[in-house]
Amino acid sequence: MDLKLDHHTEDRLTIVEVEGEIDVYTAPRLRELLIDLVNKGNFHLLVNMEKVDFLDSTGLGVLVGGLKRVRAHDGSLELVCTQERILKIFRITGLTKVFGIYASVEEAKEAHGRDK
Amino acid sequence: MATVELTFSALPAHVRTARLVATAIARRTGVAEALLDEVRLAVGEACSRAVEAHRVHCPGEPIRIELCDESGRFEVTVTDSAPSDDLEQAYKDEDGPPVAVNGTELASLLPADTLMSGFGIAVIAALADDVEVFPSAKGLRIRMSWPAAATGFAATG
Repeated sequence: MDLKLDHHTEDRLTIVEVEGEIDVYTAPRLRELLIDLVNKGNFHLLVNMEKVDFLDSTGLGVLVGGLKRVRAHDGSLELVCTQERILKIFRITGLTKVFGIYASVEEAKEAHGRDK
Repeated sequence: MATVELTFSALPAHVRTARLVATAIARRTGVAEALLDEVRLAVGEACSRAVEAHRVHCPGEPIRIELCDESGRFEVTVTDSAPSDDLEQAYKDEDGPPVAVNGTELASLLPADTLMSGFGIAVIAALADDVEVFPSAKGLRIRMSWPAAATGFAATG
């Protein structure tokens, strides 16, 4: 499966919908989107990974790169993910301590609202 | 022992094909369903690392994967032809690759948007219960294995 990307903004929070496989072939597209969003002033990003079938360290690198970019603007990059197969690589790499990871977009939006 | 060999040119698009082939053969060899995601991710990491190394050092050379069942194990060997000094090159301005994984500190250790090849090997080591890495001037060989059905390919042929 290829990678499908979409995004929309709700109340200063930009939700990035990702579907498919994030690997060495497709990750550059996600990186370009995150860079473009930050360049256009979107500094609070929520990446919905619920429809991601595969994520490798290349994809992790893109997410970390996005996080570094938004943090440079006092922003945030958080994730929605409940799939064990995807969460596993975050646990292996210790990145569960770096990213806020939520069970649903609604849960993340509530937390974002509280933090504002 | 039955062996499947696959060679592919160093293009990122082919890594997915390698993952799919490895997962299909792992299933056929009798690797437990619960381990197939680990096989898919580990083989993907090894192939991604090899593709990135080839693109730097020898883009025209193919990458080779061997998949075999032997004595109740499903074994995958990924061999590249790039000098295995890429870790040192990637981190020449750093103290070294981020071997120790430590949450928040990890992000600050990363030299760029990519976690680079050393990180991929660390992920493989966490996924396969038996991993050996053989670096040499002629390339890097990563051998990894998982438990499989004792009868292997023959059982499902």
